[in-house]
Amino acid sequence: MTAQTLGAQDVVLRLNQITKRFGALTANDAISLTLHRGEVIALLGENGAGKTTLMNILFGQYTADEGSVEVFGHPLPPGNPRAALAAGLGMVHQHFTLADNLTVLENIQLGTAPLWRMALGVAAARAKLARLAADFGLEVDPDAQVGSLTVGERQRVEILKALYRDARILILDEPTAVLTPQESDALFDTLRRAVATGLSVIFISHKLHEVMALSSRVLVLRHGRLVGQVATAETDRHALAAMMVGAEVAAPAVAPMTPGPARLTLQAACTRDRGTAPGLKAVSLALRAGQITGLAGVSGNGQSALSDLISGLETLTSGRLDLPAPPPKWTPRAAVAAGIARIPEDRHKTGTIADFSLTENAILETYNQPPYSHRGLMNWAAAEAHTAKLIETYDVRCPGPSGPIRQLSGGNMQKLILGRVLELSPRIILANQPVRGLDIGAITYVHGRLLAARDAGAAVLLISEDLDEIMGLSDVIHVMSEGRLSPEFARGALSAAELGLWMAGQGFSDAA
Amino acid sequence: MRLEPIANPGLGRRLGFPALALLATVVIASALAALAGANPLDTLGLVVKGAAGSKFALLETLNRATPLIFTGLAIAVAFRAKLWNIGAEAQLYAGAIVTVVLGTSALSGMGGWALPLVALAAMVAGALILLGPVMLKTRFGVDEVVTTLLFNFIMLLLVSYLLEGPMKDPMGMGWPKSAPLDKALRLPRIATGLRLHWGFALGLIAAGLVWFVQVRTTLGYEMRAVGLNSQAARFAGIPVNLVLVKTALLSGGLAALAGFSEVAGLKGHLSLDLSPGFGYTGIIVAMLALLHPLGVVITAIFVAGIFVGADSMSRAAGVPTYIADMMLATALLLMVLAIGLTKFRVVRG
Repeated sequence: MTAQTLGAQDVVLRLNQITKRFGALTANDAISLTLHRGEVIALLGENGAGKTTLMNILFGQYTADEGSVEVFGHPLPPGNPRAALAAGLGMVHQHFTLADNLTVLENIQLGTAPLWRMALGVAAARAKLARLAADFGLEVDPDAQVGSLTVGERQRVEILKALYRDARILILDEPTAVLTPQESDALFDTLRRAVATGLSVIFISHKLHEVMALSSRVLVLRHGRLVGQVATAETDRHALAAMMVGAEVAAPAVAPMTPGPARLTLQAACTRDRGTAPGLKAVSLALRAGQITGLAGVSGNGQSALSDLISGLETLTSGRLDLPAPPPKWTPRAAVAAGIARIPEDRHKTGTIADFSLTENAILETYNQPPYSHRGLMNWAAAEAHTAKLIETYDVRCPGPSGPIRQLSGGNMQKLILGRVLELSPRIILANQPVRGLDIGAITYVHGRLLAARDAGAAVLLISEDLDEIMGLSDVIHVMSEGRLSPEFARGALSAAELGLWMAGQGFSDAA
Repeated sequence: MRLEPIANPGLGRRLGFPALALLATVVIASALAALAGANPLDTLGLVVKGAAGSKFALLETLNRATPLIFTGLAIAVAFRAKLWNIGAEAQLYAGAIVTVVLGTSALSGMGGWALPLVALAAMVAGALILLGPVMLKTRFGVDEVVTTLLFNFIMLLLVSYLLEGPMKDPMGMGWPKSAPLDKALRLPRIATGLRLHWGFALGLIAAGLVWFVQVRTTLGYEMRAVGLNSQAARFAGIPVNLVLVKTALLSGGLAALAGFSEVAGLKGHLSLDLSPGFGYTGIIVAMLALLHPLGVVITAIFVAGIFVGADSMSRAAGVPTYIADMMLATALLLMVLAIGLTKFRVVRG
């Protein structure tokens, strides 16, 4: 069943021209969508494309700057989560919102029955839960403690919780991110059954094969805009991938350069796994002077492990990390001393201290060295003068060096971080998602600075989920999948589609 | 109803809400007094008079404020780095024990010149008491709230044992208290005839020094960075664990000075009632001061004033002394609410 065959009376949810801005960044740009009864639509997009913002607006966690939401023909009051629940919207978050020390039944009742009367409704609640579980094939023991359940079972409880509250529209945010393939299959069976009874589903994902398997219609978000809307039957994975990463941003002109000697090499480097995110699996890599090495891959495939290793936060379990002058102990401070400029993935949480001033942030890596520190005392005048110079040189738009960095836009924050690390004349640059969430102007600026540094002889490692960025800037490209690193590909050697296959894990020597 | 953060709260908001909180405290305290059967307006007057109505009352308040300045500073330093030191009480007693041990025997021959040495030894003892919990935190991730809190009870039991055993005053008529400090090792009064000892001045100096450390030294920068965002601090290369250890040493040392100053300046001996919870009240003092070291001096005097004033009021008006605790608790809760309201706006819907 496609959208075209459905009548207007079947529309259960309608978003009209939703726009949401955060400072200079437009997170959602006039997005409209309709959802019909018994339909599964997939919302596809990279991290930072605006999917989560859109759903938060729908649920009243954010208020849209422009636009309106209609549920079953009635306008939904903005900024009111209770109204969203009452209107029949149910959301299953990527991170579950369950109390581990309560039973399944108690968790489901929590928030629906008044606390002082919860005991009275137990029998009715139990009956309703049993009926729902049978109807949707969501078997779970109502008296089991949630803490003892597997991840897949907990997700079932989350879905049951939404259904128990009579949700007619179910929104699932990256539901398979935490599931094994078998659990994912079971989830899809459940959703198909639910849809058959008239439930409507919005499925948020960036995994293409799941979107193809489950949805009847796909909406693609990119940089906050709805860039495409197709019936699943009329498209394929490659077309969706192209839509998702796009081909619109003009690639900067990159003059070829002869690479210099290796500035940092990894040999069969392995690091610890972290939760569901894999560590490095025997990664060998050489970062050469005057060369940008692009690292492509789907988020959560070991990029963080590699980034943390080079940043000095992580150490090897086996293998080697070689620098021209190896430090005795590998720490963040040793990495800075080795001439590594580190641009972290999360500039708000890792790159800066929000309540510190621009000055205090600008000297975060060098505060203990002259001229900023002398015999244990800070020289704030020197620090402020340095910051003023950075603001000038790197075009940071701000009220001044003494205001808190929290008030800066993402782009200006990133420019200050760039200034902080590039002013140290680094030999190696680690740029992890350097333009995520930035507007076009800031993107161009950051890319220009990285290219200039490369031309000046720095070895650059660019980690990104945006294939355009990788293919536009990199001299050589690697792909990561499940902690493994692909061979090195020269610029232009592979098409986006071929890179996509590597990103999906095909081509690796030990791949199934 | 929900809360919406305010990006840049204006001066009116930042001063208005705390002032409102103070007013509400007065109203609620009056209501409590009325409940206890006293005339609210009279009681209020009696509190103010008891705390600051005469030279004697004012000096009494300042004397009471002295240990609170030290414990308040200890808490402010630790909390600024997000090190939750709830054990200032234990560190205070550690400082008091060392003061008595050195002051009754080893150094008593040296005269007043030994005082700085005794103070330093007391600080080391307090610092060492906090070193254990902070090492457990940095090495094994043990919650320091629990360990520092439990140390308070361990320390009280230790003091109790010492006063019944090895440190018991042979001339004490059987009371659980230590032998008195050598006369030469008592902190002198600031001026003759003035019932205020040099501990208060030491507190003011300590507050000034702590403020200097926080804003002007490299260590202060590290402590603030770790407290505001330890993830970014670690990424930037700040040795987070080492900074926490240094913070703990400073915090424990400051709290121990409260014990030193109470023994050497006021009581002259160690007893189990040396501190009526100065370590815990220090938390209130530091929170009310928004962890600012100079603010700690002001809030310590304010809190001491409430205690002294309410004490005197309860005697004069015939209401229970517990009213001081209730007033203080009310003041703290309302001030925390007021601080929240300076940063957030309540929105309907």
